[in-house]
Amino acid sequence: MKRIQTIATRNLKQSAQTGGCGECQTSCQSACKTSCGVANQQCEKYIGQNK
Amino acid sequence: MIHQYQLNGYNIVLDVNSGSVHCVDDLAYDIIALYQTTEKQQIINKMLVKYAAVPEINKAEIIEVLDDLAGLKKTEKLFTPDIYQSKAFDFKNRSTMIKALCLHVAHTCNLNCQYCFASQGKYHGERACMSFEVGKQALDFLVANSGEMTNLEVDFFGGEPLMNWNVVKQIVGYGRKIQKEHQKNFRFTLTTNGMLIDDEVIEFANNEMHNVVLSLDGRKKVHDHFRKTFDGSGSYDLVVPKFQKFVKMRGDKNYYVRGTFTHNNTDFTNDILHMADLGFNELSMEPVVCAPDDPYALQEEDLPQLYGQYELLAQEMIKRNKSGKGFTFYHYMIDLEAGPCIYKRISGCGSGTEYLAVTPWGELYPCHQFVGDPKYSMGDVWQGVTNTELQTQFKLCNAYARADCQGCWARLYCSGGCAANAFHATGSIKGTYEYGCKLFLKRIECAIMVKVAEATLDSTATE
Repeated sequence: MKRIQTIATRNLKQSAQTGGCGECQTSCQSACKTSCGVANQQCEKYIGQNK
Repeated sequence: MIHQYQLNGYNIVLDVNSGSVHCVDDLAYDIIALYQTTEKQQIINKMLVKYAAVPEINKAEIIEVLDDLAGLKKTEKLFTPDIYQSKAFDFKNRSTMIKALCLHVAHTCNLNCQYCFASQGKYHGERACMSFEVGKQALDFLVANSGEMTNLEVDFFGGEPLMNWNVVKQIVGYGRKIQKEHQKNFRFTLTTNGMLIDDEVIEFANNEMHNVVLSLDGRKKVHDHFRKTFDGSGSYDLVVPKFQKFVKMRGDKNYYVRGTFTHNNTDFTNDILHMADLGFNELSMEPVVCAPDDPYALQEEDLPQLYGQYELLAQEMIKRNKSGKGFTFYHYMIDLEAGPCIYKRISGCGSGTEYLAVTPWGELYPCHQFVGDPKYSMGDVWQGVTNTELQTQFKLCNAYARADCQGCWARLYCSGGCAANAFHATGSIKGTYEYGCKLFLKRIECAIMVKVAEATLDSTATE
């Protein structure tokens, strides 16, 4: 695809099969405490898991 | 659903439901905008007209792009349907485990910051410090309610937690003692204004704290405007050298230097860059949380400048990263490949369910921003969560629970946003804090642009 570059990302649909362990950091325990989102949390079990 | 936008010379297309990110040229960008609503032949005709002056764009080129888009759609990287709604309610409703506590070890403070959402640490109540007995019971409560969860998070918060430092150390010691027998791993964090940092605090925190959050608003004039001691003098000169020593001794362990910006410093990028120039490279800067009629509240007319500041910050980060002087900004830390799974993205922030705040007296609240509001008292660390009706409300509060989020491309990045902000803005935890949403959307656009810039290694876009 010469006009489209697809950036490597985690496949969210596939993560429905392997995710949900809940071990990742709670959003508000990090830096913000007032305006958090979830996108900047890392997956605790990422290694060895399907993207 | 897709979201497409142009920023810093990049044409970016997000496929919301798969999480895919595409960087495309102008022709593909225009075709994608028409793809779901316009017949193929019409797209070809429109593009031939629009790009008539571009010799290399002909019918064959346009068809090639259309074929590429069909392939992306087939492989569920573009125009992917939303299949998560039922999971959002099922998943959170099933979860009964608690894995994180915000321990309010000190409802008192040694600074008198006018903008403090915690009312100078008192949370609109009496000054108090948590006893070790309450802290110990809080950890026991956490362990007992954490099910098979291994990683348990405990944040020492206030007020100013270093004003109750001995109890903090005792609680950490107790946690380390019980974690092996229960096969848990406590991750302690500390949020401090820095006033009482000394060598002993630095050594203990660097040994025991998974993360430390150090409060600094940026430039001296900005910091000292709000962050004053009780005699009215600014705290910048007192805390900056302590923070620098703390961070230097911290090695590769996590920390954030975290600031708050207000209507008074809508040029907040200068404050972030000031932090970076002081030698800090893990940074966060948050919009102030306050009543809309407070004189320092962010205003609607501030938004264009704030958007510009977020863009400027992203561009500066790309430049500094290239020159080897990079720093991280909390809200731009998106790991596209190792980010959260779909369950995390749809189930909300965890307040009132997996995450609770504990007052100095052992009372439980959905999160630190609800502390002091008796309507949101959930129980205590001895009896556990007794207000199960309130708990159920929070369980059903997710990315799909808010009507305003249904058409929003960013709902899987924010998961519906902050329940406390929503409550304070609308009176309902299922409302939306529109101003916060506007800033969040811009931050996510910038964060992804930075990632696209890194991935494409385009050296011309920021010049």
